[in-house]
Amino acid sequence: MSQTKLTEPLVFHDEKQPPKSPRARKIATIVALAAGALAVVAVILLWLSPPVDDAPPTSLGFSLNSFFVWLGGMHPLVQIPIVLVVFGVVVGLVLVLIEFAPRRGRAYTWLRIAACFVLPLLAFMLLRPYQNAVVYVVAIALGLGALLFFADYRSREGAGYVFQLVIFLAPALLLLLLGLIYPAISTFFQSFFDKSGEQFVGLENYIWTFTNAEGFWSVINTIIWALFAPTLSTIIGLAYAAFIDRARGEKILKVLVFMPVAISFVGAGIIWKFIYDYRQGEQIGLLNAIVTMFGGEPVGWLDAQPLINTFALLAVFIWTQTGFAMVILSAAIKAIPTEQLEAAQLDGASAWQRFTNVTVPGIRSSLIVVLTTITIASLKVYDIVAVMTGGRSNSSVLGFEMVNQQQRFQSYGHSSALAVVLFLFVLPLIIYNARQMRKQKEIR
Amino acid sequence: MSTVTETKPEFDGRAARQVARETRRHEKTAQKRLTSKTATLIAIVIAIFWTIPTFSLFVTSFRPGSDSQTTGWWTVFVDPAFTLDNYYDALTSGGTALTLGQSFLNSLAIAIPATAIPIALASLAAYAFAWIDFKGKSGLFIFVFALQIVPIQMALVPLLSLFSRGLEINGVAVFPGFELRGVEHSFATVWIAHAIFAMPLAIFLLHNFISEIPREVIEAARVDGAGHGQIFFRMILPLAMPAIASFGIFQFLWVWNDLLVATIFAPSSSLPLTQTLNSLSGSWGDRWYLQSAGTFISIIVPLIVFFALQRFFVRGLLAGATKG
Repeated sequence: MSQTKLTEPLVFHDEKQPPKSPRARKIATIVALAAGALAVVAVILLWLSPPVDDAPPTSLGFSLNSFFVWLGGMHPLVQIPIVLVVFGVVVGLVLVLIEFAPRRGRAYTWLRIAACFVLPLLAFMLLRPYQNAVVYVVAIALGLGALLFFADYRSREGAGYVFQLVIFLAPALLLLLLGLIYPAISTFFQSFFDKSGEQFVGLENYIWTFTNAEGFWSVINTIIWALFAPTLSTIIGLAYAAFIDRARGEKILKVLVFMPVAISFVGAGIIWKFIYDYRQGEQIGLLNAIVTMFGGEPVGWLDAQPLINTFALLAVFIWTQTGFAMVILSAAIKAIPTEQLEAAQLDGASAWQRFTNVTVPGIRSSLIVVLTTITIASLKVYDIVAVMTGGRSNSSVLGFEMVNQQQRFQSYGHSSALAVVLFLFVLPLIIYNARQMRKQKEIR
Repeated sequence: MSTVTETKPEFDGRAARQVARETRRHEKTAQKRLTSKTATLIAIVIAIFWTIPTFSLFVTSFRPGSDSQTTGWWTVFVDPAFTLDNYYDALTSGGTALTLGQSFLNSLAIAIPATAIPIALASLAAYAFAWIDFKGKSGLFIFVFALQIVPIQMALVPLLSLFSRGLEINGVAVFPGFELRGVEHSFATVWIAHAIFAMPLAIFLLHNFISEIPREVIEAARVDGAGHGQIFFRMILPLAMPAIASFGIFQFLWVWNDLLVATIFAPSSSLPLTQTLNSLSGSWGDRWYLQSAGTFISIIVPLIVFFALQRFFVRGLLAGATKG
């Protein structure tokens, strides 16, 4: 991990407290152990407690839910400043807490103790635990609070250090834990259960993925997307960047190709549905107009099988991603020292030879970043398929089919299996991408 | 020992100017040979090809419906006829469901908090990762970065279940979910979902920038007696503004253009523009005069943001934004 830029940390040494007396340490240790044991016991008891039907949620008269209900009754535009102000106040309080935490003195020590216990308690109570569980929840909150205080008290860096650290990291990490880690693990396990989520079916959902028509075509189309989208976008983007480099009007040429990046996939989907329009008689879709102009019959591009409609959808994606590739590669091309190019020119190399032997190797890391990024994006596509075909005529991809199975068929098992397969496709790419980005940062 | 007299070379102005002239001439010829006319021509062709799709829809949005239903949009050059009716119709159509105009406000109400919240939380965490030492820091940082791997599709269903049914441990219901059914314009779940999905990348990007702030600056503040809180608020935030701006624009566009998170998490009264446009597109079917106007209403804000703030947008991209 020495390659990622983690800087030398700042340690404020003069906040170190005088060594604590052995008696104080013993008391603190006992208190901490008791709190830890209490929390563990509470968790176990909660786990083993019998389910109670219709227990009402307890609340302090004010909860996260009541806030959202109140907020939601207002006009959307009014909600914006309210949310920003409330959130700002909360963050401000957090910063005040951080600022005062490490200060020495009895008042500040009490502040730390109070905060350690009140904050977890408040956090849990804002979520309105059910009546049958509230006792355990309170016990867990207090136990966690005591553990936090203890860790802070015993810390070598002085009082308030661990406390500050936890407050800095807690909001982000909690969101990630609840919103990404827990759901990802849950989806993984759900993929081994059947539609209702009760019956363990082993690998049956995965077999379905590869044998059922919708699942099968999703996988095939996804592979096609992952192969063609990055290569075509990068080739066109690279060629374009090279062509307009230092040409006149470079800026506006860049903007024209880069613009589709800002358009939503829904908008892009509709724009291209218009081009693919299929009807008898006089054509209004550009593509079919060209086809009929050359004497052919109009084609229903979005329903043409096999694979033609996949490529039709793919074209939309390439249309948006090429601008992204072009911008990054253009910056990389400009970063190549002109001396190298001039030296090659003096050696008699033609423009093409200069390009392949000097430019391309020089932008290698950017090329790799662009390729992997677009590949990852192509694997996760949902919008384009949803807007243009809704997955019909075997045009679906993993990113879409997963949601489709969920929404239309309520099939948790299938959608989870599709999601896991998607994850497995994405995993090696992100690892590779991360390594390349770190290498690229070192060169810069 | 004999002294060595150094003769200072006289500055020869004429020779210097001559060298400068030669250099400029060489640069010009080099430039000419590197960018040939054919290359520029091909580039222009590609640029035209790239602009045609958007342009065709743009033109159609101003043509009267009867025209665009029967003739190709290219005929507008021989037979021009323009109207603003399409935009008015698109903004107000929708029947009992949301109109595009209402969805526009919803999109705004979703996008702004969904940009501010992740930035604030991520910059707190990024500062801690950059300038506070603790055991297991690098491991934790790699883990957070690696969470970008998790596709949104994988986290959707359980997260939605957390919001609506709450947390259950071993069959025991511990926390209820949010009860927001009767609420008129509830965006809470969408805000939280967007904040969650933006977190790994946000922490990574902001950490990159914050860790490059010079130590001396921060230590100087420390000498003046400031704690982490003050340093963060008074120094780090202002200094990190470029990175925050770049990521903010990126996140704003991402949320504005998002369809998937809105489809799953937004209740039917709070649908953003993308969702409404998608369903209206289905019901408008062949009526391209409406589809075109609707599309342009939805992409006008991203285009404005894009054109006005291009510099930050590109910088955000070059910083390694791998949103996808």
